[in-house]
Amino acid sequence: MLAKRIIPCLDVKNGMTVKGVNFVNIREVGDAVELGAEYARQGADELVFLDITASHEGRKTFVDLVKRIALNLNIPFTVGGGISDISDIEALLSAGADKVSINSAAIRNPNLIDQMAKNFGSQFVVVAIDAREENNTWTAYVNGGRIPTEKELFTWAKEAEARGAGEILFTSMNHDGTKNGFACNALAKLSESLSIPVIASGGAGNMEHFEEVFTKGKADAGLAASIFHYKEITVPQLKNYLNEKGINVRF
Amino acid sequence: MNIAIIKYNAGNIMSVDYALQRLGIQAEVTSDKDKILSADKVIFPGVGEASTTMNFLRAENLDKLIESLKQPVLGICLGMQLMCSHSEEGNTPCLGIFDEKVKLFNPKPGEENITKVPHMGWNALHSLKSKLFDGLCGGDYVYFVHSFYAAVGSHTNAICDYILPFSAALKKNNFYATQFHPEKSGPVGARILQNFIEKC
Repeated sequence: MLAKRIIPCLDVKNGMTVKGVNFVNIREVGDAVELGAEYARQGADELVFLDITASHEGRKTFVDLVKRIALNLNIPFTVGGGISDISDIEALLSAGADKVSINSAAIRNPNLIDQMAKNFGSQFVVVAIDAREENNTWTAYVNGGRIPTEKELFTWAKEAEARGAGEILFTSMNHDGTKNGFACNALAKLSESLSIPVIASGGAGNMEHFEEVFTKGKADAGLAASIFHYKEITVPQLKNYLNEKGINVRF
Repeated sequence: MNIAIIKYNAGNIMSVDYALQRLGIQAEVTSDKDKILSADKVIFPGVGEASTTMNFLRAENLDKLIESLKQPVLGICLGMQLMCSHSEEGNTPCLGIFDEKVKLFNPKPGEENITKVPHMGWNALHSLKSKLFDGLCGGDYVYFVHSFYAAVGSHTNAICDYILPFSAALKKNNFYATQFHPEKSGPVGARILQNFIEKC
């Protein structure tokens, strides 16, 4: 039986991992390669590395970092953050990334999804969506959650799937950083309307939240950052807990 | 020992080289026919689309070369599918090393958790045969990413269940193949790669 995936997310700036709460107040927490390898040893199923460096020099550093990650990591990993064109994507793939996640660039130029799927296969393409719920409508945001767009979460996710996305990574901006649990209702609706896997992000605070995201939220994978980085929950602890609750996880 | 990793127009080829490096094994990523023919072991990895890749292999005469190899060969993911007789992906005849046919997963609507295609993530192996799985006893989780599958047939050496039981590994004579990615499958995958290098 296919296991539910636990995915620690590492925000990377200049080779170091950081975590922002509600997209602000950034602080450093550790070396990206070391932290990634440690999560793999602990039994993480996959990792996401998001580049939050804005500068051109920083971007070059990130490609070098991706190569070091690929050499040292024995589980799949996704990279994302500020990716805008096919040449960026090619550089990251040849550095050894298994998947590339695109967010703002996909909203600005949806054809990028088709292009990526055609050139590299759908399994490479993760479409990340940051969305906020206001007045019962989920609106997708770009630029790290700063600018609202015309896109509505569910229709945009459906379009991304039709264009060739292999997975949807949905972050609820209402829940991100709150540690009050994932956006389970929206996640369940999303998961039921799509035939590609859904990664849930935003709101993980305790182990019960993960149980909930896999049962009530029908997510295929649960992603979190700070609770793992600050060792509030360890991956083995979480997997033991989920296993006891009858959720299929990999050991 | 000379290990050749076949370089062609598919993705993720370097990942296999990196995984071997982590095991302290030196391999060469090459499309040089003499180097491939003279290698002690050959790995045929790959992620991509079947018909496009088959056309490329034919244009480069790599199809004939792969079929003719006498040393142990390990196909991975698309590599395995291309070693089958036919793929529904682009409706293409393949290398025909294995009789098995490659089909698109047909999800059953309404059944929870088994409706998603691609089959992506960690799933368990069972019915293990061949030296590739020495030291494993079934129930081991490995990483899969694929929308097409090879049916269970006479060459099946490991089974995985997703929507239906399918071939997670095939073997015929000197040809070994896995649908999953041993290079991305943690310690279990490392063991499988090491078994291929040391025991097959």
